[in-house]
Formats: sequence, C-alpha cells, structure tokens
Amino acid sequence: MSLEKKYPKEVKQLLAKYPPEHKRSAVMPLLYLAQREEGYITREAMQDIARILEITETEVASIVGFYTLYHDKKEGKYRMQVCTDLPCALRGADEFLDNLCANLGIKVGETTEDGLVTLESVMCLAACDRAPMFQTQGPRRHQVSRVHDRGPHHGIGRGVEEE
Amino acid sequence: MTHILLRHRDIPDINTLNVYKKNGGFAAFKKAVTKMKPAEVTEVVKNSGLRGRGGAGFPTGMKWAFIDKNNWPHYVVANADESEPGTFKDREIMEGNPFQFLEGVAIASYAIGANAAYVYLRGEFWELAAFLDEKIAEMEEAGYLGEDLFGTDYSLKIYTHLGAGAYICGEETALLESLEGKRGQPRVRPPFPPSYGLYGKPTIVNNVETLTNVPLILANGADWYKSMGTVDSAGVKIFSLSGRVRKPGNYELPFGTTFRQLIYEYGMGIQEGRPVKAIMPAGASSSLIAVDDKVLDTPMDYAAVRTLGADLGSASVIVLDDTVSMDWVVNKTIHFFKHESCGKCTTCREGNYWMRNLTERIHSGKGTGADVDLLLNVAKQMQGKCLCALGEFSTMAVVTGIERFPQDFKQAVRSNS
Ligand SMILES: Cc1cc2nc3c(=O)[nH]c(=O)nc-3n(C[C@H](O)[C@H](O)[C@H](O)COP(=O)(O)O)c2cc1C
Ligand code: SF4
Ligand code: FES
Repeated sequence: MSLEKKYPKEVKQLLAKYPPEHKRSAVMPLLYLAQREEGYITREAMQDIARILEITETEVASIVGFYTLYHDKKEGKYRMQVCTDLPCALRGADEFLDNLCANLGIKVGETTEDGLVTLESVMCLAACDRAPMFQTQGPRRHQVSRVHDRGPHHGIGRGVEEE
Repeated sequence: MTHILLRHRDIPDINTLNVYKKNGGFAAFKKAVTKMKPAEVTEVVKNSGLRGRGGAGFPTGMKWAFIDKNNWPHYVVANADESEPGTFKDREIMEGNPFQFLEGVAIASYAIGANAAYVYLRGEFWELAAFLDEKIAEMEEAGYLGEDLFGTDYSLKIYTHLGAGAYICGEETALLESLEGKRGQPRVRPPFPPSYGLYGKPTIVNNVETLTNVPLILANGADWYKSMGTVDSAGVKIFSLSGRVRKPGNYELPFGTTFRQLIYEYGMGIQEGRPVKAIMPAGASSSLIAVDDKVLDTPMDYAAVRTLGADLGSASVIVLDDTVSMDWVVNKTIHFFKHESCGKCTTCREGNYWMRNLTERIHSGKGTGADVDLLLNVAKQMQGKCLCALGEFSTMAVVTGIERFPQDFKQAVRSNS
C-alpha cells in the first residue's frame, strides 16, 4: 500500500508544516513515517515520497544515505545505540559496550539470532551527565524509545524484551 | 542562586502552561506584541549584551538587526541540534522549561517580523519533539500562537522539524539545507542567513539557550541582565560539565565563575581525588588546555578563556584527569570528526581520513615519532582551508594535544621509536 493510502492524515499534516512551494522540506518527516513500521525504508516508500514531493527517487535515496538514522535494510526489531564518544568513554562506555557484546553474543553492527536486537556504537547523545549513555529505538509509535539511566547498574542481560 | 534558564529546578511543573503563566509566563511576549515596536525589542536585546550560546558568541541583538528588511517573508529557526560531544544543556531546557524557550522563539519572531518559526531538533530527540508539539498546541489553544495575537494583526506559527543523525546539521547553513529537504551540507558564505536563509529568505538562526534568555531580558530589562556576568560576557551560562568529575551535570552560573569553582564546588571534584590534567572547555571541538593553578582560577567568559589558547564555545567542559593520555583523547575526537565530516570539501574529508589512520596507529602502539610529526603536519595543513568550521574544529585537539602534551605521544610510540 502506498504511503498516502496507509497514512493519509499524517502525510497531510506533515506537508502542512511547510510552504506549499517548498514541500520538499517534508522529505525527512516522510522518511520517518515510512520507517515507522518495519524500521527501514523500502524502495517503494522512496518512490512514494519522490512522487508526493515531486523530486526524483535518486534525490530521496541520497537523503537516506546521508543521514545515519535512516536505514535501507531490515535489521533488529530494536536498535541499541550505545554512546562511546569521549565524555561517555571517560566513564566506562567502551567497557560497557564490550560487556553488552559478550552478553548478547554479537559484535557491534550485528543483530541477535532472534532478530530482536541490533547493537550500534554511536556518537554523543546529548546526555553525557548520564554516562555511559545508551538508548533503544523500537518500532510502532514513531520510534518508541527509552533513555536509560546508568546502563551498567541495571545489569543488561538480554537487553530488551519483547513488548 | 535562583535559576533564570533552568527554572524547573526551582519551580515544580513549570513545564505546564498554568504554572508557567502563574510565574509571569508570556507577559513579555504580550508586552512586545501589544506595546513595543519590533525594533525596540531588538534594541533591548542588543543592550542586554546577550551573546549567542551556540558556540560563536555573536551578539544576538546585532544579529537580529542585520535582518534584510527588503526581502520577505522572514523566518526564525531555533537550533536544537545539540550534537557537540559534551553538550547536553538544550535538552534539559526543552524538557524542563519548554515554554520559556518557546516564548523566546516567539519574541524573536516578532522582533524580526517572522510569521513562521522552525525548531530544528537532532533526530535522537524524537520524544522531545513530540513533547514540544504538545506544548505548541497548548499555546495555540491558549491564544499565544496563531492568528491575530492579543488582538493585533500579528500572527505566528511554530513548527518542529527532526534531523536524522548528522552533527554537521548544527552548522547553521547546513541546518537550513537540511530543513529544505536536502543533504545537510554547509553553504558557501557570505551571504549569511540574515540576508539569505531558509528558502533563500532572511532568517535568524539562534541556539535554544540564547532564545531562552530572551523572555526574562524583556521582562526585567537590559540592565538587570547586564548586572550578571562580566563586562565581556553578560548574564548567565549553562555549563555542561562531564568527564572525570564526581558530579557531572548542567550548572547555570554567571559568566566569570572560575574553572575551579565549577569543577570543585559544583562538580564535587575529581573521581578518586585525582588531579585535573586537562580541560576541553568547548566539547570535542575544543583545544586542550593543560591545567595548572592559574588555569583553574581563570574566570570563564569568552575573552578570558581565549587567553588560555582555547575558546569557551558552548561551554561544554570536559574534564580529564592524570590517568588519561592525550593520544587516546585525540583518537576519540578524530573518530568523531571522521564520522561527521560531510564530505563536501576535500581538505576536511581526506584530512580526517588520514588523521584517523594516524591516531589509530599511534594509539594502538604501532606508531612512530614520524607518525606523530605527520599527524601534526596534516592538522596544521588543514587549518584555514576548510569550507566550514567543522574542518577547523577537527584539528584543535590534535594540534594542542601534541604541542601541549608531547610526553603522552612520546610514550605512545616509545616501543617503535
Ligand atoms: C560543525 C558545527 C556544529 C554546530 N552545532 C551547533 C549546535 O548543535 N547547536 C547550536 O546552537 N549551534 C551549533 N553551531 C553554531 C551554529 O552554526 C550557529 O552559529 C548558532 O546556531 C547561532 O546561534 P547563536 O548565535 O544563538 O549561538 C555549530 C557550528 C558548527 C560549525
Ligand atoms: S569542512 Fe568538513 S564538514 Fe565542513 S563543509 Fe567541508 S567537508 Fe563538510
Ligand atoms: S558522550 Fe555519550 S552522551 Fe555525550
């Protein structure tokens, strides 16, 4: 089903945020919409967005490629994004990530066998006072997430549970 | 001290409309729209000495006065991209005291004659964006946003816009490109946004913290604001303190507070009671300051920090103790910049690629003295040759790390030299 058919209300609301002659501005919110369900953006969704905004599919794809929060292939249902940037690393982020890898039995960038968790190492998440910081990105509601306080003390085992 | 920006720490529930209103909320915006000319609002902000909190410290009122009045419409864009490693103040403002920030956006919009404003948030702030959307809806409901405000013919809409994980989109022209639905790559300047901004129209881009100062400046006057801080840097600043301190966090303090006060009084000193070795006062983009007593007693304002060979920037103070080696620090910062370079200019793209290879080799113990020399050389070659400040930022820790902490690098390559 096309994006406009599936989310008619949302598409309309998003387009209304920008001047009609600059509807291309809606490309980022539309990509989030397309990514809502499966956690990645399909070729068809890119074609839909290109058609809605009257730009080329290549232009849409180049946006997807430029920004790190858009994904063009299916990965884990949840993305665990562990910050290993300088302030977090000064408070044990690298060790925390190593432990998480060991507990989940995967390396950074990999997905658990059950398809539940993809583990990522990311740059500063603007919460360095809660170092080591990580967040979980999940499906459904735009992107469901929790910002976790002081990860290691919560004894992350399987990391995330099925909702 | 009571807070001016982080007022949620003194006033519970100030993030609800009623409590915000009870504490004087929206009175400044109403006064501006009903009793003041736009130029008068700008004049008050100019006289307050308020300088931009996004990093460059540019005088805010002066920026507003630059808006091109021969080209319409005008836009205000709030920069909520907050991606500098070590910076986490705008998040707290928007979560805790959202209406004061939004009122600041509204007053800025009135001052420059904008009828639409965008808040550009980094993609990771998706929940915060949804939260702001609710607050904006409440303001519309209560008649603080929308058509014909306070019985005048002034109208204003505020919209949120989410980025998607790109540090470069904090740079104002890259942000505008991104908001236009393009790849977030900086524009060649001039022209600057006040004459050529969003959709090619005159635009004011301001940081979240900058705008959050505005309602109280208008309510209490320029002299009140100037009575805090220093002659060079008026008012208060939120210092994001991180790294090896006992109590990391945001501390709202007057400019002129010393590093020693910030680290020892507010941050409760260093973990395990160790000595401070170095400070990065402006996040990962910062020069490394080698710390001694004189440095610790330096008042933090834009001018004083410059005498230490660094910029105060967004005041994201990362503290490093004596267990930290600077080759490790530089390796971390370069990984960041290599990842975040937008690739538009060769110097920054290739330079960061080479710097990453070199810092990686040095840090992993495979490097030689010649690698350290080459690293310093590459960084210096890049300076002054990049299209935007990111390229410049990427060289700061490298150059100051090697020049100010030569021992750390000698140690790192000792087995091969
Ligand atoms: C690479 C780079 C990243 C930046 N990131 C931010 C940011 O996250 N937030 C911000 O307010 N300003 C950031 N800036 C500064 C903006 O370009 C701009 O100067 C600022 O938003 C102006 O607002 P101000 O005058 O209120 O400080 C960045 C600049 C550069 C070069
Ligand atoms: S300096 Fe770096 S980030 Fe800035 S435009 Fe050039 S490549 Fe892009
Ligand atoms: S460095 Fe990890 S949140 Fe900032």
